Amino acid sequence: MADRPLPKTNEADTRAFWEATRDSRLTYQKCSDCGTVVFYPRRHCTGCLGRNLVWEESAGCGSVYTYSVVRQSYHPFFRDKVPYAVAWIDLDEGPRLLSNVVGVDDPVSDIRIGMRVAVTWEEHDDLCIPLFEPDED
Amino acid sequence: MTQKRDAAIVGIHEYPSRDVEGQVSALQIKAESAARALDDAGLSWSDVDALYDAGEGGGLGGLNMAEYFGLKPNVIDTTNVGGSSYEYHAAHAKRDITAGKARVALLTYGSTAHSRVQAIGVGGGGFGGAHPADNMDVFAGATLVANYAMVAQRHMHQFGTTSEQLAEISVATRCHAMRNPEAVQAMHDLEFLDIRETTVADVAGSRMIADPLHLLECCMISDGGGAVVIAAPEVARDCTKIPVWLLGTGEATAYPENGRDITVSAAAQSAPGAFDEAGVSPDEMDIAMIYDSFSITVLTILEDLGFCAKGEGGSWVEGGRLRFDRPDAGPALNTDGGGLSSNHPGMRGIFLLIEAARQLRGESCSQVADAKLAVAHGNGGMLGSRHCAGTIVMGRD
Repeated sequence: MADRPLPKTNEADTRAFWEATRDSRLTYQKCSDCGTVVFYPRRHCTGCLGRNLVWEESAGCGSVYTYSVVRQSYHPFFRDKVPYAVAWIDLDEGPRLLSNVVGVDDPVSDIRIGMRVAVTWEEHDDLCIPLFEPDED
Repeated sequence: MTQKRDAAIVGIHEYPSRDVEGQVSALQIKAESAARALDDAGLSWSDVDALYDAGEGGGLGGLNMAEYFGLKPNVIDTTNVGGSSYEYHAAHAKRDITAGKARVALLTYGSTAHSRVQAIGVGGGGFGGAHPADNMDVFAGATLVANYAMVAQRHMHQFGTTSEQLAEISVATRCHAMRNPEAVQAMHDLEFLDIRETTVADVAGSRMIADPLHLLECCMISDGGGAVVIAAPEVARDCTKIPVWLLGTGEATAYPENGRDITVSAAAQSAPGAFDEAGVSPDEMDIAMIYDSFSITVLTILEDLGFCAKGEGGSWVEGGRLRFDRPDAGPALNTDGGGLSSNHPGMRGIFLLIEAARQLRGESCSQVADAKLAVAHGNGGMLGSRHCAGTIVMGRD
């Protein structure tokens, strides 16, 4: 059984993001000079010329901006997972990230755009992977 | 506005085979295509003084290609923006020729993606590598098809677009492919099933690959390549074929941003400048060569180029508007059969220039009578995340 492809934990810009996931913390950067939310993580601000980015923690709640259900993949891990849902998630704090929507009976019928979701963590040796599940009453 | 005629396509060649069975390399496809395109123009290797190359042949891109071809160019441009590279190359060739830095520019492409069994669309996530953006996405298993499918899903949500409307793109393109012997041969060589003209029901009823995109909304993976020769006016006048003028060019980039509207592509930025420079409007286009990696790519870009308003693409394409034999309805789309049904070795942008030039010369298999104006629009990277757009407006005398 192949493993999920995992991020590199020593990549310069994203290292701190993945380090925080070990403690189930979903983080993003905000410029303390101009207020720009920077995501994916970088060392410089994309809004001003500064480098005074501070790490903020997301509550892990957001909504599905858009999604697709993958029916066919040749990837050694994902080919056994079809059908599965990939989605762009808009976190309430602003960042938009790519992830999977899990915890539904049938991804084809049980996911919709605008659906409220919350982070759920998949544990690995050196990091945790942020996945999302429905968070609606 | 005065329409300028600073540079023209004078030579074209599309490598005829889509399955080289591992017997020909990408470099050999590039060199053979270059020779045939130069011959088409009535020029030779020694006339080339500018080389444009996306680096798909390996090595140090332009340096290695110059040696391989046996050229000593004054200009080398190795822009690689995926499938839109060739629209960028054409724009840069026009710029360099206009500036007096070059007289004859050579663009080439070669790929053996099919022979190498490269699973581009359903292989995995993104383009891999150590870029921080990829390092954030790698775990999700978003296939390339799924990346585009997420644009379609959002387009449907915002505007009520249907699978049947998206299918119109595939139907028109297949109609044109069936009239192109090389496209028909390609579909045989790539073992397409039930090769014939399709209906909206065929496309919308085909197997789902990544919701909401069906099999017949996805391009093929072929071998192939081609070449384009672009020349200054004083050279073009003495070439074998009529000049196909590059009237206007535009380039733009888009990528994931917090709050961004994913249904708007970079074409919305690249197109206005290209049409302005050409002094023409989208509704004057006889031909629209638009990168058809998937049905949604074309629908989105038709809107962004200005053929119709954002969100109205679905109803606009209904009723076969894009067929070559309805010239009064709208532009003829991808009259070679497109990436969906003729040729997609990974970076299709060069074929957009080639078929647009064929139409303006009167050489297409699905010829639009008296075609005078064409737009070629390349999309490189991935429509649902980071991508580049290159718009080229072309015309003949």
